[in-house]
Amino acid sequence: MANHADARAVSGAHDTFPKLLALNAQRFGTRPATRHKDLGIWHSWTWSEVRDIVRHFALGLRALGLRRGDKVAIVGSNRPRLYWSMAAVQSWGGVPVPVYADSVADEMAYVLEHAEASIAVVEDQEQVDKLLSISDRLPKLTHIIYDEERGLRDYDHSRMHSFEQVQANGRAAAADPAQAKALDDEIAASKGSDLAIMLYTSGTTGRPKGVMLSNDNVIISARNGGLFDRLNENEETIAYLPLAWVGDNIFSYGQSYVLGFCVNCPESAATVVEDRREVGTSYAFAPPRVYENLLTQTMVRMEDAGPFKKKMFHYFLGVAKEWGEKILNKEPVPLVARLKYALGEVLVYGPLKNRFGLTSIRVGYTAGEAIGPEIFRFFRSLGINLKQLYGQTEASVYITAQPDGEIHADTVGKPNIDVEVKIDENGEVLYRSPGVFLGYYKDPEKTAETKTPDGWVRSGDAGFFDPKTGHLKIIDRAKDVGKLRSGALFAPKYVENKLKFYPNIKEAVAFGQDRDFATCFLNIDLTAVGSWAERNNVSYGSYQELAGHPEVIKTLTAHVDEVNRSLAGEPMMAGAQIRRFLILHKELDADDGELTRTQKVRRGFIGERYAPLVTALYDGSKRGHIRTEVTFEDGRKGVIEGDVAIVDMPLHGTADTFREAAE
Amino acid sequence: MRAPSATDIAAGEVILAVENVSLGFGGVKALTDVSFDIRKGEVRAIIGPNGAGKTSMLNCINGFYHPTEGRITFKGKTRPKMRPHEAAAGGIARTFQNVALFKGMSTLDNIMAGRTLKMNRSFFWQILRHGPAMDEEIEHRKFVEEIIDFLEIQHIRKVPVGKLPYGLQKRVELGRALAMQPDVLLLDEPMAGMNLEEKEDMCRFILDVSNQYGTTIALIEHDMGVVMDLSDRVVVLEYGRKIADGTPDEVKRDQRVIDAYLGVAH
Repeated sequence: MANHADARAVSGAHDTFPKLLALNAQRFGTRPATRHKDLGIWHSWTWSEVRDIVRHFALGLRALGLRRGDKVAIVGSNRPRLYWSMAAVQSWGGVPVPVYADSVADEMAYVLEHAEASIAVVEDQEQVDKLLSISDRLPKLTHIIYDEERGLRDYDHSRMHSFEQVQANGRAAAADPAQAKALDDEIAASKGSDLAIMLYTSGTTGRPKGVMLSNDNVIISARNGGLFDRLNENEETIAYLPLAWVGDNIFSYGQSYVLGFCVNCPESAATVVEDRREVGTSYAFAPPRVYENLLTQTMVRMEDAGPFKKKMFHYFLGVAKEWGEKILNKEPVPLVARLKYALGEVLVYGPLKNRFGLTSIRVGYTAGEAIGPEIFRFFRSLGINLKQLYGQTEASVYITAQPDGEIHADTVGKPNIDVEVKIDENGEVLYRSPGVFLGYYKDPEKTAETKTPDGWVRSGDAGFFDPKTGHLKIIDRAKDVGKLRSGALFAPKYVENKLKFYPNIKEAVAFGQDRDFATCFLNIDLTAVGSWAERNNVSYGSYQELAGHPEVIKTLTAHVDEVNRSLAGEPMMAGAQIRRFLILHKELDADDGELTRTQKVRRGFIGERYAPLVTALYDGSKRGHIRTEVTFEDGRKGVIEGDVAIVDMPLHGTADTFREAAE
Repeated sequence: MRAPSATDIAAGEVILAVENVSLGFGGVKALTDVSFDIRKGEVRAIIGPNGAGKTSMLNCINGFYHPTEGRITFKGKTRPKMRPHEAAAGGIARTFQNVALFKGMSTLDNIMAGRTLKMNRSFFWQILRHGPAMDEEIEHRKFVEEIIDFLEIQHIRKVPVGKLPYGLQKRVELGRALAMQPDVLLLDEPMAGMNLEEKEDMCRFILDVSNQYGTTIALIEHDMGVVMDLSDRVVVLEYGRKIADGTPDEVKRDQRVIDAYLGVAH
């Protein structure tokens, strides 16, 4: 921690990404900066190669008219060239604006229009087509640059260019000393306090907002995060989360430049698990969903294993459950347990971690949503140092994180280096740090609502510091924490998360604000429930049919009952037990606006969309009927009609005997 | 001796001509006096009701069957009895109506199998798997990887094809045919049994193959929408006879085609 003090200062001489790139080309010149699996082979580029590519591409962008302050949209999956484009744009003091690649054209139009993007760097034909379809709404967009040429040969190329072409133009321009000097001057002229990047938050309510982050914001946060976990240039990470998400920007771009480690880009979204296994990541970051999927897949596959393997698997998982976390936390453990665990490592945990691509993991984070304690403990018991983190786009990610050895399934940790956190009188979490954003783009009103003049940011989350551990606990979005008509506290997300921890439940939406009691919608998890159906010879024709199957309803009723029991064990939450629930006939989907692009439930919208079902939950009917419009992947619309059963639940009395559930 | 390569024939010229072909199995006449041609670079569809003789026609073209009468001229050469492997070596590749892959082999190996004819090293070197044979294999693997990338099947590279859903198997089969770098690609109902999304994907792949590699494509298809969107020219068979030939629009308006598909009131 010798250089701890430096980190607290401003980012110093290397206060922008192009400057950091130059530094890395010098200090880590021959080390890999980026890898990409293409045509079945991992290709790698060293820091000095990346510097040259970025430089040439930047010069090529200049020829297309890029000037300081111009916004450049970046649309696509995690491709090296898209990351390099960001640095190239920043070289001229331009501002990259990554956009969610799976946004439908209308969403994309809003962001590009609002950001006033003049150039777009996109992955392939799919994105080009999307942009062309909305070009009448984007008069400022003058050029489109694409990475993958396939299918674009016959397009009108007057305003469209391949990445290679722009790069080649830049390479030619580099021979001209005047142009090369112009670039050097611009790089030198940029400061840490300049706007570095704009990230549009998907927003659970309303239109997305453009969060403006400065170079200092990103660079200092990335550095502090690195110090917190003692990360260095030897880390290996895999970039697979959306470019538009602040997490990816910090972990796959910011920290890679600040610390000099290598970022691996997978072959395609479908090969991430396999690619992660080949890379062997040492530093990983994933929303709980990813860990949930890994666990669900493992459990489903183990169901098909032979009886011997199955027995061995479950025996050693038992051992791990008992001792694994203690060993990871370096607590004293009896020798016999250690030996058993070592044997388990050889027979089960090692191969399993290898499957997950987590053999050499040093630090793994989960954030974005609460993770199920069972899932969290499962990974930790295998010896994977999985920790929780609490962050926001407005904070350049880092607010709190769990230090090594201080891990609790239900907290989000302690404030990160240089971050101050306080709790408002209404329970809202406020923070102040070097990562705090400059403001929302073209929205001073919203900025003033969120950020106080002395630099504190309202997180919008309600939480409290756990007196025992000193860690922060997040209950829910502050505005969502409500009350039942009886006055009992109702924290919908808290309840939903408890429900979602069951593998059979994919999504839950709780209602209860100003009502007499709490109710919820559930979505089944097709992987888990489908596998159950297969093993039990339950035949079903559609998602809707499976969701309405009496046995499925019975299983989910048992889950809800357990959640109620657990809620009854917590005096603050006992009033919010689920009295009635139903299983939705269709999966909630971001394309229908029911989830955000980061897969968070938009409760208010769902409440309106399924109003007849909400009414049915409260008027005592036995069944509810609903007709909803759905959007297919290709943008066409259709209608799904459903008739769903409503289940009444018995409530549990508050009793201290169930305390352990809360712990 | 190798047949004249397709590069000798300019785009738009006839690459394959079928002249007065008839095919009989004992008393059954599968094809009667059918003539049409396929021009280089085009997408040519062969359509017709069930049992019209479409697959028999493809089988004649690539040498599975030998026409009882008439002749087939490919790249300027007429061969009365071309065998399938000669057709393959000459540059005709095909896929089958009911996927014909090696079920126990991986996607990669299946597509590599499509390169067999392009491997020139002797059996001896290939067993050794060193030296020239290895270099050659690496070259072929590169080509195969490009196909895998093209068809977006990276995630199933190492999965045995028997385990794959039908739509993906069809894609692998197309990959294997592409691996031969054919001059003419024969596709026998490439979209049969696919859902809408898979069909759309397949359409895009076919168009991309045609655009990017300039491959001449002849396809049999049932889905009229697909045929009309995809093909440059359509030949229509009924009961083994040609009843129409022309652009999709012309064919669509042809009364005999309408009758063949919708039936005639008696």
